Amino acid sequence: MTVLAVADHRRGELRDVSYELLTAGRELADAAGTDLHAAVISGDVDSLADSLNREGVDQVHAVPNGEEFNHDVYVQAIEALAADIDPEVLVLPNSVNGLDYAPAVASRLGYTYVSDAVDVDYDGGTLEVAREMYASKVETTVEADEGPFAVSVRGGEWPAAEGVGDADVSTFEVSIDEDAVRSTVRGFEEVGGGDVDISEANFLVSIGRGIEEEENLELIEALVEATGATLSSSRPIVDNGWLPKNRQVGQSGKQVTPDVYLAIGISGAVQHVAGMKGAETIIAVNTDPDAPIYDIADYGVVGDLFEVVPALIEAFGGEPPNV
Amino acid sequence: MKVLVTVKEVATVEEDFEISGTEIEDTYLDYDLNEWDDYAVEAGVQLSEAGDDVEVVAVTVGPERAEETIRMALAKGADRAVRVWDDDLADAGLLDVGSKAELLAAVVEAEDPDIVLSGVQASDDNFGATGVALAETVGFEWAAVVNALDTEKVLEEGVASVHRELEGGVEELTDVELPAVLTIQTGINEPRYASLRGIRQAQSKEIDVQTLADLGLDASVADSDLELTAMYEPESESDAQYLEGDASEQAAALADVLREKGVVGE
Ligand SMILES: Cc1cc2nc3c(=O)[nH]c(=O)nc-3n(C[C@H](O)[C@H](O)[C@H](O)COP(=O)(O)OP(=O)(O)OC[C@H]3O[C@@H](n4cnc5c(N)ncnc54)[C@H](O)[C@@H]3O)c2cc1C
Repeated sequence: MTVLAVADHRRGELRDVSYELLTAGRELADAAGTDLHAAVISGDVDSLADSLNREGVDQVHAVPNGEEFNHDVYVQAIEALAADIDPEVLVLPNSVNGLDYAPAVASRLGYTYVSDAVDVDYDGGTLEVAREMYASKVETTVEADEGPFAVSVRGGEWPAAEGVGDADVSTFEVSIDEDAVRSTVRGFEEVGGGDVDISEANFLVSIGRGIEEEENLELIEALVEATGATLSSSRPIVDNGWLPKNRQVGQSGKQVTPDVYLAIGISGAVQHVAGMKGAETIIAVNTDPDAPIYDIADYGVVGDLFEVVPALIEAFGGEPPNV
Repeated sequence: MKVLVTVKEVATVEEDFEISGTEIEDTYLDYDLNEWDDYAVEAGVQLSEAGDDVEVVAVTVGPERAEETIRMALAKGADRAVRVWDDDLADAGLLDVGSKAELLAAVVEAEDPDIVLSGVQASDDNFGATGVALAETVGFEWAAVVNALDTEKVLEEGVASVHRELEGGVEELTDVELPAVLTIQTGINEPRYASLRGIRQAQSKEIDVQTLADLGLDASVADSDLELTAMYEPESESDAQYLEGDASEQAAALADVLREKGVVGE
């Protein structure tokens, strides 16, 4: 029995979640009294495998098949590894690529799958997972008692594994059935260039779905004008086509680190927070006093943006538009 | 060509709510079409508008109440609707991903679609796994977190040429052989509003209700490997300083903070 953690990497670099899932994996391995194995699949696996050799890792498997992520290769590679090392728990990233292969691996292997863990525990054959529901309004504990298990872990919830370990690092040979590879990655594209670079701004006024209608953006633009801020937004505003993609803050948008991030009508979903938690000062304006954004805010204004924002514009000598 | 769109009715909780045991009481819940599925429905309807002879079938697993939601899909242009339900499902607790995939796999086998569109995730239980698990269960190819789809290639070449939205403003360009399941990301299109005429027509359409037995499944499909053992409101970790008063007092205090931080002049 082992715990097997599978790293996430892109264009030659391990992603942060890879080191975090080693920590989660080590916790599970300790609870189960077993070894922690890590695997890295595709790309320059030798150098990536060395980077995974951190404290607490007993064995690293480098699987050299493929250049970049391809879920068909990942599924086959993990299937072969699992047959060899018989993991009781597979620890996978709840990243976009994790979303693309973790459910398939669990299904193929017949493992019980729990996604997006924010905490994990293993006790006498039962996997206990803390996860959120209803847009983070509630937290739950989910128990699975029919192993083996696959669990995907949310990024940013565990500290990164550090130090240099003394793991055995070895190559794991898999012969990939190419007929079963029916998806082809053709390349990558950067999106979201354009007029402004919000990652350079020192004061961002960021607007979310609380604005309700496109016309109401005028109000926020007046605030931006009166304060000399740069305008950014959460995802729904961009999805609606009200602002261009280069204004989107978050996991799939831009990472920003302004001195002040003023979040107006934004709930603070994990994928949004991923992009702005590095702001020096975070201020939230929201009608819902329990909105998750307040967990990371330095200042909170519990109120209706349609009342607070006009008053704020006036406080800076501007004239609020009628919306 | 046949397109199957999986839709889920999701619960959203009101601002103030109470948890009893491992449930939120129904009085604090509202129900709606899952945001991600709305985009999946639109992607399906756009395929049918672009091609001759494309049928769009919407499928949901849910109680009678869920008919309101699946009628939204009909009102927006789906041709038919299937609702899977059974007393055994009503009695089941938290369905695991495997159970959901098996249920939908039985519908896929009955309908034999060329392409299945589902949302990346459901906003209530947030598993983000059903579409990909379904693909593996039925032996279809798949792609997750799709935010662009080349309609012409689907219709003419039987290939789903997609963009997968990765983290940090990077997209992966991938070709996927049909039959395939795509999990659809918000922003891929602009979901239409249902027209009044569409809504009226949807009201009179028959919804095909399928039980487990109809689908050739037995009650064991509802046996979940997961049990929800606790539900609680997360303890607030907030150490925010709250600016009190009415809106103008809050705004004045906020203006002071902004001046103090040096981000706004004068
Ligand atoms: C793979 C993936 C990637 C994603 N990437 C991103 C990303 O990069 N960036 C991103 O932002 N999201 C991203 N999301 C989406 C994310 O999960 C949320 O859906 C999104 O962040 C919600 O945006 P919001 O806070 O504006 O809207 P909501 O969650 O709807 O919040 C609106 C808020 O406004 C408040 N409000 C309403 N009316 C008023 C009023 N009058 N005055 C004041 N407050 C009011 C409400 O109380 C609520 O808190 C991603 C999701 C997935 C699955």
